[in-house]
Amino acid sequence: MTTTIEPPELVTPEEPGGPDGHHPVSDHGHDDHAHHQGPTGILNWLTSTDHKVIGKSYMITSLVLFFIAGIMALVIRAQLATPTSSLVSFQTYNELFTMHGSLMLYLFAGPFAFGGLANYIVPLQVGAPDMAFPRLNALSYWLYLGGSITMMSGFLVAGGAASFGWVAYAPLSNATNSPGAGADLWLMALALTGFSAIFTGVNLCATIFYLRAPGMTMFRVPIFSWNMLVTAILILIAFPVLFGAVVLLFCDRHFGTHIFTVQGGGVPVLWQNLFWFFGHPEVYILALPYFGMVTDIIPVFSRKPLFGYKGMVFATMTIAALSTGVWAHHMFTTGVVLLPFFSLLSYAIAIPTGIKFFNWIGTMWGGQLSFQTPMLFSIGFLFAFLMGGVTGVLLASPPVDFMTHDTYFVVAHFHQVLIGTAVFAGFAGFYFWYPKMFGRMLRESLGKLHFWGLFIGFWVTFMPQYVVGLDGMPRRVAAYLPSNGWTTLNVISTVGAFIIGASFLFFLANLWVSWRNPIPAGDNPWDGHALEWFTSSPPPHHNYSQLPPIRSERPTWDANHPEHRTIVTHRKPRPPRPEVEEPETVGAPS
Amino acid sequence: MRVNGVFLSGIGVFFGIIGLIYWFFSYEDGGFMMLIGSALLGLLPGSYYLWWSYKMKPQPDDDPTAEVAAGAGTIESFPGSSIWPFVLGMGALFAVLTFIFGLWMAPIAATLLLSAAIGGTMESRRGGTV
Repeated sequence: MTTTIEPPELVTPEEPGGPDGHHPVSDHGHDDHAHHQGPTGILNWLTSTDHKVIGKSYMITSLVLFFIAGIMALVIRAQLATPTSSLVSFQTYNELFTMHGSLMLYLFAGPFAFGGLANYIVPLQVGAPDMAFPRLNALSYWLYLGGSITMMSGFLVAGGAASFGWVAYAPLSNATNSPGAGADLWLMALALTGFSAIFTGVNLCATIFYLRAPGMTMFRVPIFSWNMLVTAILILIAFPVLFGAVVLLFCDRHFGTHIFTVQGGGVPVLWQNLFWFFGHPEVYILALPYFGMVTDIIPVFSRKPLFGYKGMVFATMTIAALSTGVWAHHMFTTGVVLLPFFSLLSYAIAIPTGIKFFNWIGTMWGGQLSFQTPMLFSIGFLFAFLMGGVTGVLLASPPVDFMTHDTYFVVAHFHQVLIGTAVFAGFAGFYFWYPKMFGRMLRESLGKLHFWGLFIGFWVTFMPQYVVGLDGMPRRVAAYLPSNGWTTLNVISTVGAFIIGASFLFFLANLWVSWRNPIPAGDNPWDGHALEWFTSSPPPHHNYSQLPPIRSERPTWDANHPEHRTIVTHRKPRPPRPEVEEPETVGAPS
Repeated sequence: MRVNGVFLSGIGVFFGIIGLIYWFFSYEDGGFMMLIGSALLGLLPGSYYLWWSYKMKPQPDDDPTAEVAAGAGTIESFPGSSIWPFVLGMGALFAVLTFIFGLWMAPIAATLLLSAAIGGTMESRRGGTV
């Protein structure tokens, strides 16, 4: 049935918080469960339009794909541990690194953030009952699942999965050089997941623009939701270009066009232009949500408000804007791009990123730090992303890039950036919001073992790759000569990769323990700041039966700690403008 | 409302400027078109929001001193559970597989897509779901 939502009632700030920071009144949220009559079991999963169910589906699917891609990475590292290994054939090796990259980038890192955590958390953070277009949201998930199945099914067809790298450069990706259905399945998977991302982007924009609770002005929206808004805009800029490029490549492969082939007057490098116009914003589509998670986590475990809230918002916008103007720094060695323009804009991204680092450190400075698992992962993110970011500044210099292009130096750089964000910050967010999503805690001891295994394995894996890269080892090779002298460093790197792999056993054990022996989380286990900690864990069907007054960017903290309420000075509200028309159609149902 | 408008228009202005600089440095069509497209993507909704922000009275979610009671009334009408997004998604999956595995999949895709379109529309019209 169509549910019409009445707004939640007011909770006065004078009501005292519980002794452990739990708000006593928010337990009422559970009552709503009884009112929600819907299908149960698998039919509930198939038909649900609840953002919380869809968000969890996204997260579980993307984590499964993350583990599959991780196992591929271990096979790749095992192959490279000895110079001329015959663990897998060269063709299989090509398929493995292609699918490892594709699964991690298209199907894990992005969807885990904007389909999983953002889907779950953003409506809660802005005080909305659901996403703006719930059925469109469900469609996004089914397109994403369809795309994932399509991409994975490449392994089942004759000729194997796509094997041209996750960037599918023309002319390697044309019908002559990459025949077979695997490549086509890969292209079609991108089309499906691309639309899934676009729909989620539209949904996030509409939710944050239209469904905020009263008093939740744009400059009180938590940074995670702000970053998701900016990410959604980037998605709307980038993914249509990818879809167009994929369709053009498919036409080249099957319908006799010559857009990316020289024979018919086409331009192969056009693929690179189109792809990286998607691909570089994609890097920030993968990074900004994770910046947002860390920005929400660090203040909670420092017991301080965020240092430089508006600076964070503007830094996010600047990073996003600049990221769309730097696509050709991936193409310096093609010789047909404007080196100074792209180099300068790439350097410029270091400025807003530096502002972010400054604010993260400023938030921790003088705070009462407590190193629980989410905070540990956030600090791990700071170190990992700093190293990846600094080498990124090096690569923005064309002379350095000419030397290191397509070497393991680049591999090490982007793995440090992406593991820093999608894995360190992503699992920080997962550990942070898991109690809210499932109403039970994850064990601190296992979480810390997971962190330290990952942290140590991370450095052991990727620091040697910088060295072999500078020594000239090219990426995407399945074998090298013993006389190259790269064996020792590759062995170290492989050992590190298996340490990372082992650390995730602690994560799986943690999930299993928390499932078998649940420790109830309560509504607000971390003494959180943002609105999502005000409702019950897990939240009721339409999220809030009561809301606190929203007078700052941390309303739950204000409600629980009236003595330390964030001091906000209000400007006078604008005088009402002469009224022309009532906004009767804001946010139509999907 | 106004913040949204300024935010989106700002995106548009930024890409307009960058696009023009890029064009006069490189005379390269592809990148220029994509940057100008991005500028329009920001300017179109941005100017729309700005226009409305001057015509509408401020909304409670833009008022820093709004009480929770200011949001009284129906927020929005949310659909309950619905099977049609799943059917539409599977229809899209079969539609793209048609391009790879041949036209014999087209009837499956068409059936799924049509039933999802009809089912979803009817569901909205009668205000109910499965």
